Amino acid sequence: MEIPRHWRLKGQRYGLVGEICPHCEAKIFPPRDICPACGQDSKTAYTFSGKGEVYSYTTIYEPPAGYEENAPYTVALVKLTEGPLVTAQLTDVGDQPIQIGMPVEMVTRKLRQDGDERGMLVYGYKFRPVLQTQAA
Amino acid sequence: MTDIIIAGIGQTSVGELWDLSLRELAFKAIETAIIDSGRLRPQALFVGNMLSQNLSQQAHLGTLLVDFAGLRFDDDQLSTGIEAATIEAGGASGGAALRQGYLAVKSGLVDVVLVVGVEKFTDCIGSGVEAALATTSDGDFESIHGLTPTAQAALLMRRYLHEFDVPPDGLAGFILTAHSNGACNPNAMFQKAIKLETYRKAEMVSEPLNVFDIAPNADGAAALILTRSDLLPPDFPHPRVRISGSAAACDGLALHDRRDPLWFEAAQLSAWKAIKQAGITLAQISLFEYHDSTSIHAALSLEAVGFAKRGMGWKLAQNGDTALNGKIPCATFGGLKARGNPGGATGVYQAVEAVTQLRYQAGANQVRGARYALIQSLGGPASTSFTHILERME
Repeated sequence: MEIPRHWRLKGQRYGLVGEICPHCEAKIFPPRDICPACGQDSKTAYTFSGKGEVYSYTTIYEPPAGYEENAPYTVALVKLTEGPLVTAQLTDVGDQPIQIGMPVEMVTRKLRQDGDERGMLVYGYKFRPVLQTQAA
Repeated sequence: MTDIIIAGIGQTSVGELWDLSLRELAFKAIETAIIDSGRLRPQALFVGNMLSQNLSQQAHLGTLLVDFAGLRFDDDQLSTGIEAATIEAGGASGGAALRQGYLAVKSGLVDVVLVVGVEKFTDCIGSGVEAALATTSDGDFESIHGLTPTAQAALLMRRYLHEFDVPPDGLAGFILTAHSNGACNPNAMFQKAIKLETYRKAEMVSEPLNVFDIAPNADGAAALILTRSDLLPPDFPHPRVRISGSAAACDGLALHDRRDPLWFEAAQLSAWKAIKQAGITLAQISLFEYHDSTSIHAALSLEAVGFAKRGMGWKLAQNGDTALNGKIPCATFGGLKARGNPGGATGVYQAVEAVTQLRYQAGANQVRGARYALIQSLGGPASTSFTHILERME
């Protein structure tokens, strides 16, 4: 069930909480306490805006166990506006073609379900195309 | 300086070997390697394996294989006191086990080491295998999103095609080379050359990655006996092949944590360290056994090691430079693509194949006059890289 494992990551999964390095101001996600840019201590929380663009994407038709109900689904590397890349699924895409460079924003969705209908649901971030009204 | 010699080699065929268990596979390769070495007696065993805990519900392979292969006792039924442990580094587990063996002999603390790579994939199928493979990436930030190593390679490939303006079938050369070389390898999973048209028409797995871009997960085992040159018997029957370079490097585990996802930095660092240790230049390398778990891995490896400029690795395969008679022959027995990819055994297969080349025993696949082979074992998208340079001693 791994409940504590997912609970520990609630800040990241629901809020894209990473870190900002107090020494070089690099924005860091996922958080790691040592800045990958300058190698110094970095424990200052920083909440990302959730805005970014598609760096690359693909579709998975043969999912790993636990992800069958969503298949086929699209995964992407998303370049956050603040700098870091994150791995996440794209959602709410509908019929529009996905392209490298497409603006996307973070939303919270169900990532997976463990076991049967009584199993734990794991929620977390996915990214959807920026809504037209907001993009204007 | 003490030379570390690969004195014995052994391998099983690669494929869907339902009639052989994990321990039986390993034993076949071990037995062959020991006989090939002139029956040297190992004092330590390092096992390269990636997924036996997930796919075979079996950990603790070191002692299991020592026991099953009859290495606990000598000919007089006295205990040998052999030591053993598993080395795991994702897809690079085989290269990692080889390096541990090298370090053990090089240190002088162990005279003879047995390295065996073994993987048993085909007891499981489908989503269970994908989930097991996904455990080799970042669990909290990659695989939780349903990402698989195959899909991750597709992400890399799409960005590569985009950034360097490569045509959709630009990576086909890697597949044609691999299958052409696999055709003459009796141990290969696929022993049939394919045509460009076949590649173009192939079914997509995760766009732009098609079914031919992916090396097949397969069962197999390969083994090596390592020792010091002064411990070889006077009547040692083979041309001597030594390890003249051994190096490893790590990158970020997650692809998204790289400064540049299209640059395999660990592959570069480990290759350069190994080349420097061997005291040679890149131009002296006779053949390159790269880790072509997907075609994009092959392209990025050629660029990282320095055989091609950034964004140009694919052209080497397209131009025929990676063929057996090309500028830098690659995947000379079919590579992961055509020989098959038995996970943690793959890095050991590379060594077995390179030794075969350097002994001039490669038959139709022989690279003429081969003297230095560079073999590189990668975990994930070069999250981990182990590079070895094997040299034919004159």
